[in-house]
Amino acid sequence: MRFHKRAALAAPLLIATSASALAQQVTGNAFNPAVSLILDGHFASYSQDPKTYRLPGFLLDPEGGLGAEGLSLDETELALSANVDDKYYGSMSLSIQQTSDGDTSVDLEEAYFETLALPKGLKVKAGKFFSEIGYLNPVHSHAWDFYDAPLAYVAMLNTQLSDTGVQLSWVVPTDLYMQIGGEWLRGDAFPAANGAESQGTGSATFFFHVGGDVGATSSWRAGVSYLKADANDRVSEFSNGTTSFTGTSDVAIADFVWKWAKNGNSRDRYYIVQAEYLRRKEDGDLATTPTAAPSVNGIYSGTQSGYYVQGVYQFYPRWRAGLRYDRLDASNTVSTPVPPPLVADHSPSRVTVMADFSNSEFSRMRLQFARDESLPKADNQVVFQYLMSLGAHGAHRF
Amino acid sequence: MRTLLAFAALLLALPAHAAVEILACEPEWSALATEIGGKLVNAESATTPQQDPHYIQARPSLISKVRRAKLVICTGADLEVGWLPLLLRQGGNAAVQPGQPGFLNAADFVELLEKPSSVDRSLGDVHPYGNPHIQMDPRNIAKVAAALADRLAMLDGANAATYKQRYEDFAQRWQAAVERWTTAVAPLKGKKIVTHHKGWVYLENWAGLVSVGNLEPKPGLPPSAAHLAELLDQLKGQQVSWIVRSTYEDAKASEWLGSRTMIPYVVLPHTVGSVPGADDLFKMFDVLVKTLLEAKS
Repeated sequence: MRFHKRAALAAPLLIATSASALAQQVTGNAFNPAVSLILDGHFASYSQDPKTYRLPGFLLDPEGGLGAEGLSLDETELALSANVDDKYYGSMSLSIQQTSDGDTSVDLEEAYFETLALPKGLKVKAGKFFSEIGYLNPVHSHAWDFYDAPLAYVAMLNTQLSDTGVQLSWVVPTDLYMQIGGEWLRGDAFPAANGAESQGTGSATFFFHVGGDVGATSSWRAGVSYLKADANDRVSEFSNGTTSFTGTSDVAIADFVWKWAKNGNSRDRYYIVQAEYLRRKEDGDLATTPTAAPSVNGIYSGTQSGYYVQGVYQFYPRWRAGLRYDRLDASNTVSTPVPPPLVADHSPSRVTVMADFSNSEFSRMRLQFARDESLPKADNQVVFQYLMSLGAHGAHRF
Repeated sequence: MRTLLAFAALLLALPAHAAVEILACEPEWSALATEIGGKLVNAESATTPQQDPHYIQARPSLISKVRRAKLVICTGADLEVGWLPLLLRQGGNAAVQPGQPGFLNAADFVELLEKPSSVDRSLGDVHPYGNPHIQMDPRNIAKVAAALADRLAMLDGANAATYKQRYEDFAQRWQAAVERWTTAVAPLKGKKIVTHHKGWVYLENWAGLVSVGNLEPKPGLPPSAAHLAELLDQLKGQQVSWIVRSTYEDAKASEWLGSRTMIPYVVLPHTVGSVPGADDLFKMFDVLVKTLLEAKS
């Protein structure tokens, strides 16, 4: 072991018996992985029928849309993580969900390892993981500042991009924080679909993050990312039929976040301002199958954009309030029979306010109200949500 | 030509003389690294004295500091559990991972107090390895200094002799100072105190103070009206000398209790730079001892 060799060289200088102390600093329950469980549930009330919800101009994943009406569970997340050895770290999280028909489904949210000991600030991550694109994409839903994801994320990434693949990233050794990286992914996850048709390499991403501090009170991070995805027979549902899209989907994201706390002490009072802009280009063939009718083929080319701007203010220890504005725009051309979801007759927008209370770091109660104008007729949405975190201490992500 | 050669020699020599980059999790450890390393090291702290070290995020500037650090020194005992593991993973620096010579947990070199026999979050944000606020006992500083000097000599072998010499000088001065402080606080033995957070047990242990309550109902939870009322009731008839808090803790609760009980409330330095005059480790304990003695009269 490298340490012992070096310790021996420095032996005449050994003042304390640091070798034995070093051996004791393995953390976590002896060798058991750190276990954490998130309980997440809500009550939701919508003024419009959630079954008619759609985002005009966008082909959504069949699972995309609003959270269940009334009393419901959101995902229950069970996560295990630990250092594998001195070179690798491993992590897995399962998302356990109740489906609308009362069954329980288990999704593998993440299952990856990453390197700890590559030289020169390099890191490799492999397995299934949340892509590092954008600011919000790699953030687990229980750590979001609002109950739901921004409309742009719902429309263009089916809430969050988590796919199987490999990631290479590099932290530049400069005073200013800079990270450059890319991912090579299977291409199963929306906006890609059926990666097997693309030899299991249907998506690729690139991301660049830069950030730093301004004095002791503020910190910021900005980034640009790009996702190139192959969609193979990507199915979407609409009120009277289904569509299948085969083509390319490219998403570009610019993100910015700025955090301020008095004296840099985020325990009492802090502000977070966060904004992201997403732009997507889709080109390919679209087969439309209206209910009880033969399928019709067409060519679809879309340019879509969306953004959100949000601010969160902790005005009193444990109490926070937040405001968010969302907007989507689509400009699509579809040759012959136009399927309803792609007619961009209306640009969706939404205003959301929320307030939450965290008794401790490990629990949160949130009340959220949104006026959702995704459709011409506004939907008033009220959600009360709880989040409980058990077990291993969660990581304070920036 | 000679100047050119001298310049070239200087350029070649530069890397060898570049200061050892040290990232400390708290200001007391960056101050200690500077005591021992002097100009050979460039020690920065990830937190300021105004920040609660439990509540830090793995922010971009800290990731880039981990990336460039040759040594990361933290308190350990889970004080930084919310952000340090993530920071170390994101920094991409193999040399400062736990288990490597470039990573040092101060708590590994001292005896921890308040090791809970069982842990449950209903007890608040308890630390399973024991109370992590070890820097408040000056004798602990001496133990960590020895380990740190040892580690610096290992990481920067070319200057090992200098670290040894600087450490011995520091240890001697520190020993003398500890004796002085111990004598000064001897009359305070047995005095009762109320503290905001359970952040002073090592001070209590060293100075013989007795904690009779905390403003926080449970560690990590802010003082509540109900708990303060209960505490007020409980303190009736007790001779309590001080209500103690640190700079990053909200003053309202200690002022409220102080105004109702006539117990003086004091802000004690919990780290270097946290109160005026506490510019280094020696001055920090000077100020601490002075504050206690003066508040008494």
